[in-house]
Order: sequence, then structure tokens, then C-alpha cells
Amino acid sequence: MGHSMTSAITAGEGIDSPYALSHLDALESEAVHIFREVAGEFERPVILFSGGKDSIVMLHLALKAFAPAAVPFTLLHVDTGHNFPEVLAYRDRVVAEHGLRLHVASVQDYIDAGKLRERPDGTRNPLQTLPLTEAIQEHRFDAVFGGGRRDEEKARAKERVFSLRDEFSQWDPRRQRPELWQLYNGRHAPGEHVRVFPLSNWTELDVWQYIAREDIDLPQIYFAHEREVFKRSGMWLTAGEWGGPKADESVETRQVRYRTVGDMSCTGAVDSDATTLDAVITEIAASRLTERGATRADDKMSEAAMEDRKREGYF
Amino acid sequence: MSNSVETAVQLADLSATTLLRFATAGSVDDGKSTLVGRLLHDSKSVLTDQLEAVEAASLKRGQEAPDLALLTDGLRAEREQGITIDVAYRYFATPRRRFILADTPGHVQYTRNMVTGASTADLAVVLVDARNGIIEQTRRHAAVAALLRVPHVVLAVNKMDLVAYEEKVFASIAEEFTAYASELGVPEITAIPISALAGDNVVEPSANMDWYGGPTVLEHLETVPVSHDLTSCHARLPVQYVIRPQTAELPDYRGYAGQIAAGTFRVGEPVTVLPSGRTSTVAGIDLLGESVDVAWTPQSVTLLLADDIDISRGDLIVPSGDAPATTQDVEATVCHVADQPLTVGQRVLLKHTTRTVKAIVKEIESRLTLDDLSQHPHPGQLVANDIGRVKVRTAEPLALDSYADSRRTGSFLLIDPADGTTLAAGMAGESFATHKVLTTVEDEEGWDF
Repeated sequence: MGHSMTSAITAGEGIDSPYALSHLDALESEAVHIFREVAGEFERPVILFSGGKDSIVMLHLALKAFAPAAVPFTLLHVDTGHNFPEVLAYRDRVVAEHGLRLHVASVQDYIDAGKLRERPDGTRNPLQTLPLTEAIQEHRFDAVFGGGRRDEEKARAKERVFSLRDEFSQWDPRRQRPELWQLYNGRHAPGEHVRVFPLSNWTELDVWQYIAREDIDLPQIYFAHEREVFKRSGMWLTAGEWGGPKADESVETRQVRYRTVGDMSCTGAVDSDATTLDAVITEIAASRLTERGATRADDKMSEAAMEDRKREGYF
Repeated sequence: MSNSVETAVQLADLSATTLLRFATAGSVDDGKSTLVGRLLHDSKSVLTDQLEAVEAASLKRGQEAPDLALLTDGLRAEREQGITIDVAYRYFATPRRRFILADTPGHVQYTRNMVTGASTADLAVVLVDARNGIIEQTRRHAAVAALLRVPHVVLAVNKMDLVAYEEKVFASIAEEFTAYASELGVPEITAIPISALAGDNVVEPSANMDWYGGPTVLEHLETVPVSHDLTSCHARLPVQYVIRPQTAELPDYRGYAGQIAAGTFRVGEPVTVLPSGRTSTVAGIDLLGESVDVAWTPQSVTLLLADDIDISRGDLIVPSGDAPATTQDVEATVCHVADQPLTVGQRVLLKHTTRTVKAIVKEIESRLTLDDLSQHPHPGQLVANDIGRVKVRTAEPLALDSYADSRRTGSFLLIDPADGTTLAAGMAGESFATHKVLTTVEDEEGWDF
């Protein structure tokens, strides 16, 4: 296949008019359009901000969409209580730098109050749904921006850019509104809200290329570093208070980086020597695994793990 | 494996790639899943863990070979029923381009999904089985592409291996299809003989069809123009949002934010704001932080005007010499996309660009059967997946282009004001480039109730 690819490059050069946008410009323009639609049509939008790369790119796009004015949205972080300290520090720094307003919904508070119970496997990812849903109700958010991408997972591939949720935040894939042209329908009843995904059409590689192009600062755990880790379900997990390692799991120091940033209990690190953005991009372009496949224990549970969590109101 | 070499090539070129949005229509029987699977697989877009998951799931269902349809059938209901229900979006890249593929089901009961996929597509791939030739379904797919004004159509004549790679089989199908689609006004048609299963002319040129000198499917996808000369297009900027920092440094800044829907805008150009008709001059264009002299579709920009005039969300900024007429009477073709019907006299909301107005369905003139392009007058209502001609009266004037001139400013949604359901997708103006293709059939009273 290498041969036909090479000849196709040569054959194809120069066919696009000077008005053609690069794919990053096209994706950026589309995302900005989505942010501005929400600002124009909703009363109380909020950006879900985890300090992960996708939410960082979302915030960057929102800043560009409304400059030189301030971003007309607040931020919401669902804190699992097992977050990477580097990511929390990054979150607080960004909030201060741009004068943003941050709401935090805490899984630990829910556990302490007896409203949620710790799972036997220690993972807190599924526990985020209730605090998220209640925060949306409490603050009466009507549009909730998420960093989900359709390339991440096959249930997400069916997700709309504007995705209607009932008052229980539930997603019903059979009752989604068809989405035509760039006409987004955000009508909703009181108590319902719309999840909005400005990065729907981005791939992992697009996100990284955009981060490189825009020179966006990221938490250091996205780059290769030495870390004490142990192996569980084929993934390198960070040792910590959250419940690892168990007696039969041995800790070792490896050079790793994170491809995704989530709850420490179910987000795996990958072996890597990529210390720069360029090296990360090279590594991803050559990877034979999807980012969720490589790093998320919770998606390995079943064929429909993500669909089920999304139906319940998950991100 | 030469992976590292290919990766290096990709990296060198990735920053310069353009984006092609395309749609595929067809059923499993035509080999659509095989074609899509091969495009994804051969462009390295199916990764090891995805393939392992598909293999495991296929095995569990008692299938020996991995069923590539499971890659795109993402919902539990789809996997259980073994059918594609919804549009699935897939992403892949080659050194030349980034692709967004809207994979849509082909059967008549999913026309709305096909319309959805085609609405944003620059190119549509229509699949036929070489053994069957052009069938009703093929004509319907061609009609959807023509109706939605998809600029490029590819006819992939599949399963050439089952007709002994015969040139005359391909030539006769290609000729019949090209004649039909041209009559519907499809501006560019490319027919390619393929075998998705054997891999002929999908990514690699076929060794079995020396008589074919054209591109493979992937080569065509990589090289088809994604944009054209915009200087001849009507420039349109629907205002999404007014940016007013109101800070000590910028007390008077007023910027009109929007995504250019068509054409180009230049600094110094006289512009008119619709529907008010007020005029001004473009004083500046802010392209996401960069001040530019010219901007074009689909860039998201902020326009600064020389005069302080009243502009808000829903207004349309256009060049003063090229303003569309405003109207309250919309004649259009609609595709009904909701489960509840659309009836004469129904009160709806009409969403056009960034403007939503009240409207009433005055008339449903006809229902159109896409298989044979027959028109059925006064059907009384439209139900899910119906295509029809309607007249709608709006409460306020709209600056509406004909869909043939501008897909983005000629399209609209009809929305149920009670529950917000998207009822229908509308295209203003004539359905097809030529009117003569349509025939009228008088139905018996109540035929489709």
C-alpha cells in the first residue's frame, strides 16, 4: 500500500484552491461556531473541565471564540478524589490566569455523606455520574460542554453535537434528533439540558496537532517521566492512596506518560520516551492502539460499557 | 512492516492536509461494510484493540471472519439486530487528506439518515452490485445526493469479481447511472469498478481490470477538489453573537461573530444587514485573534463595521450589491425526519441560519417518491422519511437564498414548538436542477393514510 499512497500524494498536489482550509483550521472554525451557537441560545452554559487535554483544548477554543471579551461560561470539574495532583494544580492555575469561575462536584463528598458507595474494584469513574447530574440540576445549567470525540469509542460515534438529556441526564440513542447541515437544535424543556460536544469531529491526533500548533500548555503527566507504577489488567497504574497496589502486585519505576487523564484508579500510563509535543505526535501516529483501549480499564468491561454509562448520564 | 516509513510520510504532510466530508449509502448486500472496512483498515484507521474487539464479538456470534460492520454499528440495538440504524461517523487520514465519513444505512425506511449524512457531505459514494446493476435503491441514493446538492458523486460498481471483471458490464451500468444522475443535476459523477472484498480499485489499482485507467476510490477521495472558486459565490455572514467586552481598554468594541456561510468578505466592502436593510462598511475582520483583510467560508470570524448600527443574533450581513430578497413565504422541498407527522395548518418553528421564527405549514403540495421521481399531489401529511414540496408562511421576513445557490443559507429546520423535536429538513427553491425529471401520479383518495 505504500506505493499507491506515494503516487497519490504526487498526483494530488495543487488540486485545492487557495480558499481551501487546512483540516485544523476547518475543525477549529467548526468548534468556534458551536461555542458561539450555545452562547447565543442558552442561558446558563458550563464547560466540563477536568484538566485533561480535550477539556484544555475546549477552553482554548472558547477563549478564542469570544476574544477580546471574556468567556461567557463557567467551568465544572467533577473531582473523583483520585485525581493526579499535577492536574489539579494545572486546573487551578488556568482558572486563576483567565479569571474564570470554577464549580467543583466532589465524589469524595458523596461517599462521605453515604450517597455513593466505593466499588469493590476501587474505580471511581462510574461514580462521577451522580455528582455531575446533581450539579447540573443544582446550578440549572442548560448547556453542558463535554470534550467527547466520536473517534474515541463506537457508542460515541453515534453521538450528536447537541445531545438532549432529560431531567435525569439520561441519553436515549434511539430518540436523538437528526442533525443536518450546521443547524443545531437546542430546544429543551425546563429541567432538561443539552450536552454539547464541540470536538465531535476531532481525532486524538488532531487534538495533539492543534495543541502543538497553538502552543498550548499541558499538565506534565502527558509527557514521559519516571513514575512508580504497578501492572493491573495489562495497564500501568500509579501507586497511591486509592487502593493500589495489592499484595500480589509489585511496584516498579518506569518511564511512562499518560495518553488520557482521568481517575487514577482506572487510567493507565503507557511506556514512553516522548518528552516533547513532537515526540508525542510521532508516538500517537505510530500507535496501534486507541487511546481508550490503551489506557481505560472501565471500557474493557463489556462491548456496551460506554453506551450504558452514557445512557445513565455520564460525560 | 513499513509502518515507520509511512508514519514519517504522514507527519511531514499532516499539517498541510485538507478535510473531505463524504457519505456512503448502501446496504450490507452491496458490500458497503466491506468497502468502508477496507478503507479504514488499509488507511491504518482500525487499530489492534478495535480489531480484537470485533474479532471477539464476531466469534461470540458464531461468525468465523471478523464482521467489519461491528466497527461502525456502535449501539447495542444495532448489534443485536445486525443492522445499521443511525448515521455513524468515522475518521481516517492518509498523507494527502483527513476524512470524515458519514456511514448511512441504505434502506428506504432510513432515508432521513441518508439525508442527514448527505447534508454536510462534499462527496457521496453510491454502491451498486455489478450483478444487479441500477435498481430502485440506486436511483433513490442518486436522488438524495442530487436533492442535497452534494457536489461530487462516486458510483462504486462493486463485486466486479463476480462478473469476471467484464468491462462491458461496468460500462453499461456507469452509462445508465451517469445519464440518470446528470439529468437530476449532479454536477460531477465518477464511476469506479471495484471489488471491495478482493481489494480491486479500493486502495490499490486492480490487476484484473487493465481496461480501467481511472483512479481508485481512495485516490479519487484524496484528489477531488474540496473547495471551489468562491469569488463568484454570494457572500453571507449570519450573526451568531455580538462580542462586547465593555472593559476599560475596549469600552466601545462591538464585533459581530459568525461563521461565513458562503463566499468572501473584504475590509472596505459596503455591506447590508438583513432583514433591517441598514448599511455600513467592513472596518475590520478578526480571524480568531488575527486581523485579516479578507476572509471566506467556512472561517469563523468577527466582523467590525464602520458605523454603530443595531445588529443582533439572527441578522444576516451581506455585500450591499448582492443581497437576497427577504420573504415570509417559503417554497421548499422538505425531508420529514420525525416520527410524528407534518400536517397542513401545523404551527412550527422555522430555524434558518441563526434565526428562529414562528411559521405555519400552508400547503403540502406533493409527496415525492425518490425511486421513480413520481409526485403524488396533496398527500395531506408527511410522515417519517417522506420527501415533499411545501409552502410555509413565516411570522417574520427571512433572508433566504435558494438551496441550489447556497446550501447553508438555503436550508432550514422545522421544529415542533411544543417539545422541540426536529420535524423536517427544508431546502428552499426547486428540488432538482431540471424540472422535467418529475412525473405526476394521481393517488387514490387516502392512498397512504
